[in-house]
Parts: sequence; C-alpha cells; structure tokens
Amino acid sequence: MALSIEDIKKVAHLARLEISDADASATLTKLSGILRLIEQMQAVDTTGIVPMSHSQDLSQRLRDDIVTKTNQREAFQKNAPVLGNGSTESAVAEGLYLVPKVIE
Amino acid sequence: MEWEVVIGLETHTQLKTNTKIFSGASTAFGAEPNTQACEVSIALPGVLPVLNREAVNCAIKFGLAVNAEIAPRSVFARKNYFYPDLPKGYQISQYELPVVGKGAVTIQVPAVGKNPAYEKVVNITRAHLEEDAGKSVHGAVEGMSGIDLNRAGTPLLEIVTEPDMRSAAEAVAYAKKLHELVQWIGICDGNMQEGSFRCDVNVSVRKKGSDKLGTRREIKNLNSFKFMQQAIEYETRWQIETLEDGGTIQQATVLFNPDTGETRSMRSKEEANDYRYFPDPDLLPLEVTEADKARVKAQMPELPEAMKARFEADFGLTSYDAATLTASRELTDYFVQTVSAGAEAKPAANWVMGAVSAKLNAEEKSLADSPVNPNQLASLLKRIADNTISNNAAKQVFEALWNGEKDVDAIIAAKGLKQESDSGAIEAIIDEVLKANPAMVEEFKAGKEKAFNALVGQAMKASKGKANPAQVNEILKKKLS
Repeated sequence: MALSIEDIKKVAHLARLEISDADASATLTKLSGILRLIEQMQAVDTTGIVPMSHSQDLSQRLRDDIVTKTNQREAFQKNAPVLGNGSTESAVAEGLYLVPKVIE
Repeated sequence: MEWEVVIGLETHTQLKTNTKIFSGASTAFGAEPNTQACEVSIALPGVLPVLNREAVNCAIKFGLAVNAEIAPRSVFARKNYFYPDLPKGYQISQYELPVVGKGAVTIQVPAVGKNPAYEKVVNITRAHLEEDAGKSVHGAVEGMSGIDLNRAGTPLLEIVTEPDMRSAAEAVAYAKKLHELVQWIGICDGNMQEGSFRCDVNVSVRKKGSDKLGTRREIKNLNSFKFMQQAIEYETRWQIETLEDGGTIQQATVLFNPDTGETRSMRSKEEANDYRYFPDPDLLPLEVTEADKARVKAQMPELPEAMKARFEADFGLTSYDAATLTASRELTDYFVQTVSAGAEAKPAANWVMGAVSAKLNAEEKSLADSPVNPNQLASLLKRIADNTISNNAAKQVFEALWNGEKDVDAIIAAKGLKQESDSGAIEAIIDEVLKANPAMVEEFKAGKEKAFNALVGQAMKASKGKANPAQVNEILKKKLS
C-alpha cells in the first residue's frame, strides 16, 4: 500500500501532532518502509492461527468491586497545568480542571 | 410514494457497581467534582487498568438474559480520540471481540388507534464493556470549560441492535423493554435523569419494498422515551421530505432539541469515525468459562420471559397480558402479591392493567406510590368474586381506596354498595317492574330482544343498583318464559 504525504498529515492531525513539510516527507519514507515489511510478512500463510491480541499468553485477572481509592483531589490538582497569560495559578476552579472553552 | 423507516439502537447502560471499571474509585452519583477521580481516572502517567469482576458479571447476566452467545475470550481495545473529558486520549472499549454476541429481545408494541398491539423480536448484534468519559461543565469560569472526571471510568455496557425496528413506536417499545430488563436483572439502576441509560438512535428511510438500507443519521444521547418518540418522528419526516424534494441524506450525527422538537446536525466531526482501534496492551484478553456463566446464572432472578410463560400456563392469561404484567419487576410483584392475597388471577390481571395502571398514568405516579396496595386490591376483588358487590360498585370502592380510605368492607357498608342477592327480594322487585311496565313486556313477547334489557334496567333502577345483575337476568328470564 502506497502512502502519500496527505496520509501522513492526516494521521499526524488525528494524533494532534504538528508536523512540518520536511518532517512529513521524512516520516513518509520511514512509515513506507514499515509497511513494506508488513507486506512481506503478509506472504506467510496464517490460516488457522488465532490473531494475537497480547504478547503474553495469559488471561485478565479480575479485581473485587470494593472501593479502595480515597479522595486525593487536592494533591492531584497541584499538578494541574498553570492558567497561562502571565498567571502562575493552577487551572482549577470549584474543584474542576479548567480547559479552553469547549463548544459543541 | 410509500416510505419505510429503519431504526437501530445503541444503548449505553451504566452498570450498577460500587467502583469504576478499571480502578477502585467510587462511582456514587452526585459527589463534589473530581473527588472520585483517582490517578487512573485522570490518567496520570504509569497507571494501569485492573478490570472490575462485577462489571464482567453484569455483562454475563445481560448475555444470559437475551440468550446471547457469551464470548469465551474477548478483547479490550483503545478507541482513540481527543476531547478534554477523556484525559488518556483514548477510551478503553471492546471492538472486534465483544463479551456478548448475538441475542434477541421480544418486545410488546402497544396498540395505536386502530392498529392492534403486537409482539416483535428485536435482534441484538452485540454488547460490549467500556468506560465512560468525564463531564464538561460550563460557566464556572468565564471563557473556560471545567472538567469533572468523577464519571470517567464508570463501567458501561453498550448494547447494539440490528436495524430491526420499523417505527418510532417499535423503537420506544424496545428501549422500554431493555430499560426494564437491565433493572430486572439488577445490572443498571435505570435512572435516566442521571444518565444511567442513554440511547443513540440510528434512523434511515427507504422506499417500501426495498431491501437496501438508506443512509442513516444518528440521533445522540436521548435520555427520555418521550423525546425518543418525538426525535424519531421528526427525523423520519425530515428525511422523507428531503428525499422527496430531490435531496440526498448525508451520514451525520444529530442532536434533538426538546424545546423546538427538531433534530439538528452536530458540528461535523469530519474524522469522527477514524478511531484507529487497536488491542489495549495494558489489558489481557478476558476469559469467561462455562463455570463463570453457571455461577452468575445461579445469582439471577427468574427472567420476565420465564415468568410470562408461567403466567400463561398457571393463570390462563393471554400472551399479551402476561407480557404486559412482566414488563417491569414492580408490576409483576404487584400482580403476584394481589394473587397471593387471595384474588383470582384473571380479574387481578385486568384490574392491575386497567384501573390501577390508568390511575397511575393519569397522576404520573409509579406503582411504589400507589395509594392502593395489593392487599386492598385483593380484598376488593374477593368482594366481587363472592357477589357482595357488582363491578360497578367496585369502581366506587376503588376510587375511595385511591383517595385514602383503607378498609374495603367499611367502604361498602358506608356507601351502601352491598348488592341484593336475596332471590326473594329480587323477585319482589321484578314483579313490581313487570306490573309497572306492561308495554315492555308486550314488546318482548312480540320478539323485541331490546325490551328485555330495558326491563333489566328498570329492575336495577328499582333496586337502586344493588341487585345482582346476573340474578336479575336469570329471574326475569324465568318469569317471562
């Protein structure tokens, strides 16, 4: 499968990565190389082989449904980003984390 | 041109667990913002998810309740997107291998106008476990949005149907059925105001007879059955009008505005469907064994379907009546208690579905708030059964009970509703009536059946409504023959 510069830019946008034109063409070369490797691997006959979803051949351990976490809001919110615009205050108010306005 | 609407539903049910799906933080509703947002909920670097056993049990319960295949092995995947209420940048969900596979639910679609009520099977495509996101709060600080991550990580079971429904009524009947079922098996509290049960409805239209699906639009986040009905009806009309005007339907996500009764397209999420799912390396595959299923099954209550079959077999109820009575746990319990308190099943069914439900609907009350309890209803029905009162008088007694009076016999005595069953007394009344209405007697003898009913009416009137109508009929027939 041939990748284009547009594909690289789209994937970068989906991952919210800013990418320059120079970086985009370098990335195109690298990613195309990876896809060529995958193409080679696709030549292997995998009939009857269950797709692997995890590198360890184990199943998920389960946790009992008991509350173990206590309220650590104060500690966590000390770590919140600063408001910016010259202010060094944490972007929190009324217990909420603050982010740039979200409009739906 | 005849059009047909095609509807499928995706329902997010919030599972009734104490803790989140991947951490031991509480899921209690209404806490102060972010006081239940632990390091996993806010996605601090280095944290790892650990799956909640109870969330898995809930999924198994649902699978068993809809006769679905429960996957012996299912896989958690990352659904990648950016939004401030999703601090990890991905939602842990299930994609290719969900825990619950194909199943089915039988719904009862109520009668509308001349169209009679009917039953229909809605097929379940799948149900998968996933985590909820946080909430955005607006207005706390000017120009900013506030994020509360208490809800982040709350366990959800997303239940997806096939596009099997063909009207708003069917979609609502399915949603109601599912709403009752998840509460019946105890996996969801069903609180729609608090967002515990939210529906996304996919709507498309096509020409009747076509087997190709039209382009669908998805109505997001409906949290009331009334809004669901209105939203689907509006959306259906809009799509038909658009097509009839020569337009085309673009696939879109729309929101319903209850104030205008309209649906409108959300700011288009151009790349919304490019979620780049992949298996979450933080979680191993989930295995559910036959033993797990058996253990969960043993904890489950008798299912509505089984109870329905029992009501039909034991009480001779019709399929539709049995289904109506098993539509909710509350209703079933009320009916069963009325019967255990000594009422006959058929009249009990009729009264519960009739007078009791009508009153509750009119006053927008739930059964839990019914002023008439099953014991009182049973006492009333026993007085009809033993001929103490007529059906008509029973309605008056019921009204009195509803308005707060307690004792059926006291009401009958106070209102003088006891019916006359002494055949001597009734005979005397009838003799009077026959004497006073010779013309009617002549008409009857000349072959006018209506005259007979008129005479019954006169006798009932003469007894001030207290004569047992069956006896009046019988004695009158004898006297006129």
